[in-house]
Amino acid sequence: MNIIVCIKQVPNTTNVQIDAETGRLKREGVESIVNPFDEYAVEEGVRLKEKLGGKVIAVTMGPPQAEAVLREAISKGADEGVLVSDRAFGGADTLATSYALSCAIKHLGDYGVIICGKQATDGDTAQVGPGIAEMLNIAHVAYVKKVESIDEKSIKVERMMEDGYDLIESPLPVLLTVVKEINTPRVASLKGKLAAKKAVIKVLDAAAVGADTKRTGLNGSPTQVMKIFTPPQRQGGQKFTGDAKSVAAELVKKLADAGVV
Amino acid sequence: MVMDYFLSEEEQMMVETARTIANEKMKPVREHYDEKEEFPWEIVKEFAAADLCGVYIPEEYGGFGKGIMGLVLVVEELCKVDGAVALSLAATALGTLPILIAGNEQQKQKYLPDIASGKKLAAFGLTEAGAGSDATGMSTTAVKDGDYYVLNGTKCFITNGGDAETYTIFAKTNPQRGARGISCFILEKGTPGFEFGKKEKKLGIRASSTRELIFNNCKIHKDQLLGKEGHGLMIAQATLDNSRPGVAAQALGIAAGALDEAVEYARKRVQFGQPIASFQGIQHMLADMATKVEAARALLYSAARMVDKGTSKRTSKESAMAKLFCSEVAMEVTTNAVQIFGGYGYSREYPVEKMMRDAKITTIYEGTSQIQKNEIALNLIKESAAKNK
Repeated sequence: MNIIVCIKQVPNTTNVQIDAETGRLKREGVESIVNPFDEYAVEEGVRLKEKLGGKVIAVTMGPPQAEAVLREAISKGADEGVLVSDRAFGGADTLATSYALSCAIKHLGDYGVIICGKQATDGDTAQVGPGIAEMLNIAHVAYVKKVESIDEKSIKVERMMEDGYDLIESPLPVLLTVVKEINTPRVASLKGKLAAKKAVIKVLDAAAVGADTKRTGLNGSPTQVMKIFTPPQRQGGQKFTGDAKSVAAELVKKLADAGVV
Repeated sequence: MVMDYFLSEEEQMMVETARTIANEKMKPVREHYDEKEEFPWEIVKEFAAADLCGVYIPEEYGGFGKGIMGLVLVVEELCKVDGAVALSLAATALGTLPILIAGNEQQKQKYLPDIASGKKLAAFGLTEAGAGSDATGMSTTAVKDGDYYVLNGTKCFITNGGDAETYTIFAKTNPQRGARGISCFILEKGTPGFEFGKKEKKLGIRASSTRELIFNNCKIHKDQLLGKEGHGLMIAQATLDNSRPGVAAQALGIAAGALDEAVEYARKRVQFGQPIASFQGIQHMLADMATKVEAARALLYSAARMVDKGTSKRTSKESAMAKLFCSEVAMEVTTNAVQIFGGYGYSREYPVEKMMRDAKITTIYEGTSQIQKNEIALNLIKESAAKNK
């Protein structure tokens, strides 16, 4: 049983800039990194492999230079890297991305668990993981903070909620998206770095994965970005001071003036 | 930033890996280990997981095969952050070198893979209460008894003592023969008659354990003898030729770390309305520190490359020079770093006082600075005599 980890190359967000005219991220000259949440996905995949055997295959969709994140995943314990890359995949929204990745995963076959970071730090949608699961018609659990147990047939995980966690059991194959609470990613070892340097990255294009190019890239993307902007910072509210009675009266008057009460 | 020493891609890989471990794993806990004087097992596990433990061990024994230069690069980088925690790795190298230098194939196969993987630590047992600079003054004996040797005596100041699993121990097999009557053995923790004495309380390198090793009719099989009987002192000397660059790297790392702290502090600390880095008095101190650190690095890397280059020629002089210079520079640079920090430097709230305490040992162990000078001078005289017979 193999484990597939989906990862994404993103700009290092500490200094991300948006092009005011096009509303797109300025990627030129910005350092690219592995999406931080995907680091946890890779680590969890490698830990499951160390327990269960099989291989960890890191998959990313992107331009040729995105293979850098696959090598990084290999340096941290993944066995293989697969780059899903084709002009026809360019400009994809989350739907088209989920479709292309699901085609690639179907093509690879023989998987028990697919792991994704909970979201990418550039788009922040958290949609691609669940999207892939839907296209593959398999179960998924988002926001996983712990894998309680796993065997050949099923998995038990803790899903992080705002007020605690859910304990969920699912048959395999399953897709998980993980939160940073799940583990501490390892530092790449020297032997891992050597393996990463030598690794041959498999490149799959649309034809290879059998993707219908009407459903990929810009063609397959119903989402249109109208505008990207930084919301204005919230201003501090008005403060009333004094004794309780006069403050209450003042507050009621203000609310009445605003037509709220 | 630093001068270009044309490191290979794999050497850079080691530096980057060590830097990541140092900054992400060691920095947050360095004060804790210094304060508590605990052995840093959690960090040793990180060294192991990152393959740093075996950088100097040949690949056929599970190492990374990058020689003394590899060890030097890793130790320097780790010691920029913490010269004490890193010693678990550096002192293991010292304890392992006798096996690499004098071990037979069976001994290498038996001991090196576990050390390379970081599963086991090693220690080197030469010093005794009455035998420091003069190793021939040791009183530990190993008396042959059939297929066995029986050890009696006490070693002191043994780094990693008690925490290591594998020990290379020197003892007299023939006390009448002086320097030629010493032999080297591999001992395993847990061998009956091999016990640990008191743990030292020290000025610096407090995260490193320093203990007595006590042999009380400790019986070991003759297969544990390293090299030939009576060759112990030669093995020790060859070991030190190889290991002194490691101490030099520890010193260099501590010095480089202190320099970075001092420059950063001088830029931020404002007195008389301006950063103290704008005062020429401070600038000249920093310039001297930086120049000496770089000179130390250049000398050390050259010596380390020479050690790795070949076995035909002893490198006692070059190793001693690197160790002497780097350790003295470390003491000077860390002392000046404390000076630049002023009262804050003397406080444990800032890392430089610890660096100064950690630096001091590098001028003492594996031969004091004075012993290094003896070694250098002796070799100068020998070389001259050989030339002008």
